[in-house]
Amino acid sequence: MTDTRVDPAEGFSVESLAANPRQARKERLIRDSLGATALVSVLISGLIIWSLFSEAWTFMVEVDWGAVWDIGWFPRRGIYDIKTLIVASLIITGIAMIVAGPLGLGAAIYLSEYARPGVRRTLKPILEILAGIPSVVLGFFALEWIAPNVVKTLFGGPAAGSLLAAGIGVGVLVVPLVASISEDAMKAVPMSLREASSGLGARKITTTVRVVLPAAVSGLMAAFIVAISRALGETMVVFMAGGAAQTAVYTHDPLDGSLTMTAGMTSLARGTDSVVGEGLTFQSLFFVGLVLFVVTFGLNLVADRFVHRVREQY
Amino acid sequence: MEQAEPEASPRLGLDLDRAVQAAAPDAVGDAVFEVEDLNVYYGDFRAVQDASFTVYKHEITAMIGPSGCGKTTVLRCFNRMNDLIPTARVEGRLDFQKVPIYDPRVDPVEVRRRIGMVFQKPNPFPKSIYDNIAFGPRVTGMAKKKSDLDDIVERSLNRAALWDEVNDRMKDSALGLSGGQQQRLCIARAIAVDPDVLLMDEPCSALDPIATARIEDLMQEIKNDYTIVIVTHNMQQAARISNRTAFFTAQLDSTTDQRCGLLVEYDRTETIFSNPSDERTENYVTGRFG
Repeated sequence: MTDTRVDPAEGFSVESLAANPRQARKERLIRDSLGATALVSVLISGLIIWSLFSEAWTFMVEVDWGAVWDIGWFPRRGIYDIKTLIVASLIITGIAMIVAGPLGLGAAIYLSEYARPGVRRTLKPILEILAGIPSVVLGFFALEWIAPNVVKTLFGGPAAGSLLAAGIGVGVLVVPLVASISEDAMKAVPMSLREASSGLGARKITTTVRVVLPAAVSGLMAAFIVAISRALGETMVVFMAGGAAQTAVYTHDPLDGSLTMTAGMTSLARGTDSVVGEGLTFQSLFFVGLVLFVVTFGLNLVADRFVHRVREQY
Repeated sequence: MEQAEPEASPRLGLDLDRAVQAAAPDAVGDAVFEVEDLNVYYGDFRAVQDASFTVYKHEITAMIGPSGCGKTTVLRCFNRMNDLIPTARVEGRLDFQKVPIYDPRVDPVEVRRRIGMVFQKPNPFPKSIYDNIAFGPRVTGMAKKKSDLDDIVERSLNRAALWDEVNDRMKDSALGLSGGQQQRLCIARAIAVDPDVLLMDEPCSALDPIATARIEDLMQEIKNDYTIVIVTHNMQQAARISNRTAFFTAQLDSTTDQRCGLLVEYDRTETIFSNPSDERTENYVTGRFG
């Protein structure tokens, strides 16, 4: 290092404050390599979208569109009824959110507002372990326990797989997700707002419902959006417990079995040899993927708008 | 020694106040809070040790002292706000109008409806100006009709000298107000539920001198209807506005090696500032310590 003190004989000039060239080179190198890593993930995303679009485009150009709105999903026989898959996906996502919304939000409110610190320290990690359960395990649980004990007993449905069984399974899967993100959002609400409310003679539940939840609404919405996206994209549980293996006739009865978009893709893409059949069977996979992508993307856009409108900033 | 009282203060109320005190220097109103041997703990840590004093009706009682002396802790005992901290524990006698508020039968929510609080940092809800003031009356079920609620909101804002500044934007977010306006909004919000007492925890520490002066004027105006207890770091403020002053200090406990809040002296404000009986008080108010 050079002596940085100003020598009156040499004078004080721009050179005295000039950057060390080695240091500057190092800074540039760091910046560029970090930028490169960011670029890689952007490139991969672009690659995925491009491969999705190109094959899906082939499908859309060559398919007989009557086969895309038909009686069901029989890709090997050239019947690609997309509404079968979309409706099944929406039903399962809806059921999952009916299960996970109240359970996750309730758990979050308890953890954030009511639980004593010791209880919270115990419960939060347990919740996070639940989030780490592989979905194939939950798929098995949905098929072997939820189907006979909940779907059959309570709703008179089949003891085997059905949309309802898979939906409840996916719901259980996303409960920790909803709870964890919601709890973080509520914890982020300043203590001073709770104190202001209590100081006015509000009870705890009043403070929670009228102060904490409105102030945390953008985080709560984020929790629900992530959960919905996760439920739409969930594959293993719906494939195992959805009640249909490779083909499905259109249904909107939750007690029936059907294929979601993800399960439809999985049933086709089980290794290279499996994807045979009609000329466009392989491409139909990409078309379904594209639809799933568009639905999820659109959902995020709508939710984003909504969050901006209702947000209470503090 | 520094004379902390502003001799030529143009502020209203002060001279009248002095006149009343001069005529009857020992006149004492009804006791609002009677505190005896108050000890507050956070877990094993003792924050306040054996505090005993009395707060009188329609007076402004100031609590001063260096950081960590427990004055805010004591203030938060008055409306059981310390209950929100899971590890906090309060021992000793604390009577509010002869009722022991730490009796197990007492519901802290009922206590807080009678004892309002204004905090150090203005903390309006992220709602409209109207909804901020209406919050208390709504949750306590005070107003049955919309017109009653409108009346309460207007009266409270008038009382807090804010009505003229905000009456044309009641639906706007309270967060758009300046810091001083936000704090007056918080005062209006507190008095909207018609409490007997207002607790103020350094209400001016985040405000500029002009906003501070407005709040001080406001306190003088409303003290005929409320009893005010204020924690302040600003000794001049205590001297300007309060009738009585409690001086706290942080004392090192040699057995536990922890600092613990101690009430050193409690007396009429002019006595505390001009003729304190304890050397520690004198050192503090003259600026030699703290």
